[in-house]
Amino acid sequence: MDLQELAKSNGEWLRGSGPQSDIVISSRIRLARNLADFPFIARATDSDRDEIGRILRERVEKLHVAGRFAGQLIYVDVRALEEVDRKFLVERQLISREHAEADGARGVVIDPREQVSVMINEEDHLRLQVMKSGLDLTAAWEQINELDDLIEARVTYAYNDRFGYLTACPTNVGTGIRVSVMLHLPALVITRQIDKVFRSLQKISLAVRGLYGEGSQATGDFYQISNQVTLGLSEDELIKKVADVVPVLIDYERQARDFLIRESQETLHDRVSRAYGILRTAQTISSEETMHLLSSVRMGVNLGLINDLEIPTVNQLFIHTQPAHLQKLAGVELDTSDRNIERAAYLRRHLNGDRPRADHN
Amino acid sequence: MKCQKCDKPATFHITDLVDGKPNELHLCEDCAHKFLAPAVDEASESLPAMAGLLAQHLAVGETAEELARLDECTCPVCGITFLEFRKQGRLGCPHDYVCFANELEPLLLNIHGETRHVGKVPKRCASNAEQQTQLIRLRRQMKEAVTAEDYERASSLRDEIRTIESAREIKT
Repeated sequence: MDLQELAKSNGEWLRGSGPQSDIVISSRIRLARNLADFPFIARATDSDRDEIGRILRERVEKLHVAGRFAGQLIYVDVRALEEVDRKFLVERQLISREHAEADGARGVVIDPREQVSVMINEEDHLRLQVMKSGLDLTAAWEQINELDDLIEARVTYAYNDRFGYLTACPTNVGTGIRVSVMLHLPALVITRQIDKVFRSLQKISLAVRGLYGEGSQATGDFYQISNQVTLGLSEDELIKKVADVVPVLIDYERQARDFLIRESQETLHDRVSRAYGILRTAQTISSEETMHLLSSVRMGVNLGLINDLEIPTVNQLFIHTQPAHLQKLAGVELDTSDRNIERAAYLRRHLNGDRPRADHN
Repeated sequence: MKCQKCDKPATFHITDLVDGKPNELHLCEDCAHKFLAPAVDEASESLPAMAGLLAQHLAVGETAEELARLDECTCPVCGITFLEFRKQGRLGCPHDYVCFANELEPLLLNIHGETRHVGKVPKRCASNAEQQTQLIRLRRQMKEAVTAEDYERASSLRDEIRTIESAREIKT
């Protein structure tokens, strides 16, 4: 697969379309599955891993002849990739950070639209993932359920009637499902209500993480809400649990935005304009600062405070200014300080005047 | 007054109790915010939390002897001991859910609030789960035989594995 080509596009999750896409960035469902006749990864020998990898690669790649996956599914040997390429796949959310940093035989099967990714030899033998732009858990579930059925027809999954799908970690056993929705919540952060929101989500056993799984002060005000429990509730019930809370969060965020517009429009407008100004003129800028400022700009575009910029362009800047993307686009390896200079130059090129249109896929 | 943690003006004056003694803190809004709502360390979430949960759960109603005996329980299929699982927070093979079922149940109740699966069932269930786990055991034994340079045993184990594998290939 040509990662260089991939680097130029936005990928599915930052496409910036789909229902409620001003606040909901993407909907994602993951399933953890294991083969019945091999030990879990932590206990697998190198030859087990090679064998698991070989079997699963062959079975999953063959799916391109079946049903909705007609077209190409592409296998990427993650072990053989350069570090920058592994990080690149993490930035695009096609593999987990753990998968990038692990040792031993491992890979990922990706569809060119980047909606489907199947990690092989991660913590479990298989981690299926389907991602949709905007709020669309129903479509994500339909697709991943079908993918799971297709794979299941070709292998025997580790499953028992009592505990369901058996996983390496008991926190995933049962359905093996992780349903998550990524939201952009800058106004709740500015009005300092975000912690209150987290606490109430934790009470109903939903987890909150940042964009790349980090702690409570998430980069760029992106937050992922996901289910914590996987056993004792059906897939539909678990999806509903997440789906039910999202409209409430969207409503809170909208109320917070209304409040800011009503009570302190000048302050808000000033914040947005300054952020835009810095991004258009900076000569060196870190990834964190970029994310922070782009977050204000993104909200500014959604609230009509910035009129010469579109959301897909802003989304593209979010991903293209990440360290590995920046290096892929520049075509050279860069250290931190060179990256900060290149990032600033990239932002100036794309935010001033002759801006190339964002790739809408 | 300046914030004790940075140079901004202190607007929050907090009295915190440390070991029963009052401790005066003067912080700016940002630092007070951080102090009052400390960031959750997400990275440490899965492993130590799991180990902690296990330790917590096992500490209740288990004597040291019982715990020691439990820790020595070994899965006959993959060879993992319960102690190894407690340390790593990761199980060794699907059969662990059978052989450690009674130990896992209270842990699962703690994590999920439930102990029985509800939801999707694979259409093609492992008709013979024993045969599946047998393969895991045989491969492990073969590797051990090779390490011990017992090639005769290794070769008979390899034949056994191939027989099961090819019988399965025909079925699928």
